[in-house]
Amino acid sequence: MRIPCPLCGERDASEFTYLGDAGPRRPDPTAPDAAEAFHDYLHLRDNPAGWHVELWYHEAGCRSWLQVSRNTLTHELGEVRRAEDLGLDEPSP
Amino acid sequence: MAKTGRYSALALIRQALTGNRDWPRVWRDPEPKPAYEVVIVGAGGHGLATAYYLAREFGITDVAVLEKGWIGSGNVGRNTTIARSNYMLPGNEAFYEFSMKLWEGLEQDLNYNAMVSQRGILNLCHSDPQRDAYARRGNAMRLHGADAELLDREGVRRLCPFLNFDDARFPITGGLLQRRGGTVRHDAVAWGYARGADSRGVDILQNCEVTGFLMEDGRCVGVETGRGRIRAKKVGVAVAGSSSRVMAKAGLRLPIESHVLQAFVSEGLKPVIPGVITFGAGHFYVSQSDKGGLVFGGDIDGYNSYAQRGNLPTVEDVCEGGMAILPMIGRARLLRSWGGIMDMSMDGSPIIDRTPVEGLYLNAGWCYGGFKATPASGYCFAHLLARDEPQETAAAYRLDRFRSGRVIDEKGVGAQPNLH
Repeated sequence: MRIPCPLCGERDASEFTYLGDAGPRRPDPTAPDAAEAFHDYLHLRDNPAGWHVELWYHEAGCRSWLQVSRNTLTHELGEVRRAEDLGLDEPSP
Repeated sequence: MAKTGRYSALALIRQALTGNRDWPRVWRDPEPKPAYEVVIVGAGGHGLATAYYLAREFGITDVAVLEKGWIGSGNVGRNTTIARSNYMLPGNEAFYEFSMKLWEGLEQDLNYNAMVSQRGILNLCHSDPQRDAYARRGNAMRLHGADAELLDREGVRRLCPFLNFDDARFPITGGLLQRRGGTVRHDAVAWGYARGADSRGVDILQNCEVTGFLMEDGRCVGVETGRGRIRAKKVGVAVAGSSSRVMAKAGLRLPIESHVLQAFVSEGLKPVIPGVITFGAGHFYVSQSDKGGLVFGGDIDGYNSYAQRGNLPTVEDVCEGGMAILPMIGRARLLRSWGGIMDMSMDGSPIIDRTPVEGLYLNAGWCYGGFKATPASGYCFAHLLARDEPQETAAAYRLDRFRSGRVIDEKGVGAQPNLH
């Protein structure tokens, strides 16, 4: 599996570290439903069979966080963009 | 056992003398009935074991086990066949020791040769702190009635003189040995449970994919399948690897990610490895099958996948782990590798519980430790389905433990499924 990094070009997946689904956003800890929201954020996943939008870190390359579309049934890579360009907050595991 | 006939030495001789032409069918291929008392989705090891124990222990024989493909086509036929009960946490160890005890009586119980081989499992340690941790784990095991022996370096050497004791980074300083652990012929486990369940009246329906759940007043009352609608008082789902996909049809999101785990087998060799050996500094486990192949594996690839195949960096990583402790395998050729889809739960422990949908029960989240759990998983899921309360050793495997904070984080890495 090779991931086409926008800065480095197509690189072997072993250069990257996986974080997981790019969907969950850290909830507001002061909201009244924060406990429930954090349970959802920390633990529940859609886990789709098919296209999945996820976060990878190009650790052995440009050290960018990337938002990668990848098909979980075939490992085919789709659109890859820098998280910074998408205005995503720094991902916090 | 009238329908399938009992296996015995006498039956073997009789069949041998008549050209092996009269062996009865091992399980039937029935048409689906319109309704059952219990429908189990997934005829892998866990689903078939559930049906077997429902019939044998709890007297519920009006049961169907539904399978998308053929029985044993999923992870029960893809694992590295290891049985052990060397867990530490209270929510886990009693359950896995219960499973170990069921393995020990399995073949007599099923009248089926599952090749249960208690050849021992040895976890190597490579530093003093790791030996302390193993001592703690061994004590936890013994408190739950399991067996554990802490070996020093010479003890390991007596058992496995061929190991690389003086690796520069990870010298072997000892090990934790569970002599009752070992290996079991994985396909035979599925077939044995299938035969045992079928002979007690359970219908095993292959090529019968579940496409949806029948709901009435918010209650699950059956399933839609490729072979028609089947009603049931209770539906149990045991489809690890695909739990999220199946439960999504009932509107549930699970604390699970699906990841690919690869396994490998070498060409057949003379007997070289006496039991199961695991590397304590990397992730590598190996045993030798009765055909002579070295069966081994390591980490999951580490990204969401339903592809049932992995990538080469993990192959390299696993083989490096093997070479670190067993330089003698360096010239053995790899015969095959394959991948299975693991239900990686958020704390690394399984789920055997009711769901928020009445009538719908879930057995999931086995990460990559499901095979050893097969008998106890089946028994405890059957207990839950029959009595609507958890079996005592599986009481901690609740679906809501992530919300309540009662997680069972055996590896202590938190909610990172790709690290468990």
